[in-house]
Amino acid sequence: MSPPAIVLADLPLGAHAVVLGIDAPPELAQRLEALGFLPETPVTCRRRAPLGDPRIYEVRGTQLCLRRSEAARIVVRAR
Amino acid sequence: MTSVAAANAPVRLGLIGSPNSGKTTLFNALTGLRARVGNYPGVTVERREGDAQVDGARLRVIDLPGVYSLAPLSPDEAVVARVLEGRVAEVPPPDGLVLTVDATSLERGLLLVAEVLRLERPVCLVLTMVDELRARGGRIDFAKLEDALGVPVVGVVGHRGVGLGELRRLLPHPERWSRPPLLPPAAPRERDAWLASVLARVLEARPGPSRTTEAIDRVVLHPVAGTLLFASVMVLFFQLIFAWATPAMDALDTGVGALGETLRATLPAGLPTDFLVDGVVAGVGSVIVFLPQIVLLFTLLSLLEDLGYMARAAFVVDRLMGRIGLEGRAFVALLSSYACAVPGIMATRTIPSPRQRLVTILVSPLMTCSARLPVYALLIGAFVPPVTVAGFLGLQGLVLLGLYVLGGSAALVAASLLSGRLGRGDALPFYLELPSYRVPPARLVVSQVWGAARAFLRRAGTIILAVSMVLWVLLHFPRVDAPPGPEGARQALEASAAGRIGHALEPAIAPLGFDWKIGVGLVASLAAREVIVATLAQIYAASEPGGASLRDAIRSDVDPRTGRPVFTPATVAALLVFFVFALQCTSTLAVMRRETNSWRWPAFAFGYLLALAWGASFVTHRIVHALTS
Repeated sequence: MSPPAIVLADLPLGAHAVVLGIDAPPELAQRLEALGFLPETPVTCRRRAPLGDPRIYEVRGTQLCLRRSEAARIVVRAR
Repeated sequence: MTSVAAANAPVRLGLIGSPNSGKTTLFNALTGLRARVGNYPGVTVERREGDAQVDGARLRVIDLPGVYSLAPLSPDEAVVARVLEGRVAEVPPPDGLVLTVDATSLERGLLLVAEVLRLERPVCLVLTMVDELRARGGRIDFAKLEDALGVPVVGVVGHRGVGLGELRRLLPHPERWSRPPLLPPAAPRERDAWLASVLARVLEARPGPSRTTEAIDRVVLHPVAGTLLFASVMVLFFQLIFAWATPAMDALDTGVGALGETLRATLPAGLPTDFLVDGVVAGVGSVIVFLPQIVLLFTLLSLLEDLGYMARAAFVVDRLMGRIGLEGRAFVALLSSYACAVPGIMATRTIPSPRQRLVTILVSPLMTCSARLPVYALLIGAFVPPVTVAGFLGLQGLVLLGLYVLGGSAALVAASLLSGRLGRGDALPFYLELPSYRVPPARLVVSQVWGAARAFLRRAGTIILAVSMVLWVLLHFPRVDAPPGPEGARQALEASAAGRIGHALEPAIAPLGFDWKIGVGLVASLAAREVIVATLAQIYAASEPGGASLRDAIRSDVDPRTGRPVFTPATVAALLVFFVFALQCTSTLAVMRRETNSWRWPAFAFGYLLALAWGASFVTHRIVHALTS
């Protein structure tokens, strides 16, 4: 049984996941895709800031910092 | 047909790439340090072009703003889209597009490649940082990539010149570049499949994480160590622009003063000499005195940015800045404004979101800059008794601290109010790429510092110089026959246009407890805040400006109509509060004009801060008056 879909913002620190899709208005969705969050892309939560937010994700060979508000738009499945 | 024109007109090349893709390094490597910097019409986006010669062919390289996508969300990105479509009047569409992609993140960069290929223009793909790719164990098959995309692909290490020879041979002939036989698909699903198939063919080995970057980040991004490091870097940064610039600024000040004295001694005494010395030379001095801070600030900023630390600092402090609607990078600009709003406003260039940049620019004059210190020192020294509170805290120091806190908290409140109001129409989400740590090539740092200094001198310096000359005229005309000495100088000042403006201002500033003399000081302080000290000294015919005699003079000044002291505690408090808020600084206005490319925002900032200053001074005057009488 595969794990349930969650949003990237809820991915535990250090955990790996695969992007399922983006649940956001078209402009934001397009930008998040341009940053590499395309379907089936592996993503890892690498670090979080001292106050918990934002967090750093590794995606498509880059280290990207997103706030909770944006990371909550990206639907993933943990691996 | 066009052969004659083609022989003379340079080949126009548009440089496109995402932020951190090595685009600017490549631009510098191709064009040297001879970039022309301006603005695109109607927007605040910086426009950079440079020329290069290859085998007798002239190239004009247009460094387009860094973008992740051609679908624009911000004005920077809109400019790129408009230039590529040939919709910017002064910038004809480029003959060829040079697309830079960081070889270590080809997996992400290939998305932009697909978008650019779909423009159906001649495209040349430059993979940058191929040395880093190799060091991290990554391998890309260039021949297969050329084959898959259908366009020429060159690998470079921009700052070392690797691959530049091959690239230079290609650049003069965009019409000969191979074109893709088939464009990448537009529909998302097919495009994703295309990306995956290209990557599977050309990416022989995916680069591993950079060990150096990982090791440094374990400390720099550590919740405790990273926060401590951030605090130390900021303290050091502040210390450097605040303290290290001072000797150079003092030296420039002394030099300009000495030049003025030499001119005065050599030239015949009279009005033209006075104008030359006090208007022109002093005006030039008031411009170049900012240069040490600007050079120092931009050296530090571009080092922090290009080393890769700025993005980490923004990450550490983002949550705090997020509460006032800004992002981490705004912190550095606001901190710089404690030294001086001029470099602080220029530091906002590191903020990608135009809306946040504007908010930061508008609140930066509220940070207590060093020009306010002489004013605070005079008033606190004259009117706050040097007693200690709670056994060890000096009251004078506490008042000074209170003024800093007042300005800083006002900036935070203003920022959160403004970002709420100006928020509409900017869909840019917050994201920040953490680049690998790299030692920036010296040339990159030099070009950024030089660009900033030149922009300041050209765009802001001319305005500052003009205003200081106008102020000189206002302070010296019309002239009256006055006896020589301090008393004559006082009479001449009262009769001057500035003196009359001071009198005319009296009804507006009387509710704050200010008389016409303070009014003249406020007019003169438009040149720079601390000028009010020298002007008050002149009004009070003080023999030693800034010395004890001025302090005594303002302490014992009595209003001839009421017989009460002019500087009551209420008036002093109101004046201090006025200086906390008011934007009476032409240099700040000029640099705001330069950075926002319009007079609208400096006018808005001047207006809202004047209203704030007046209101706060009025309330302060009332409260202190009620408490002390």
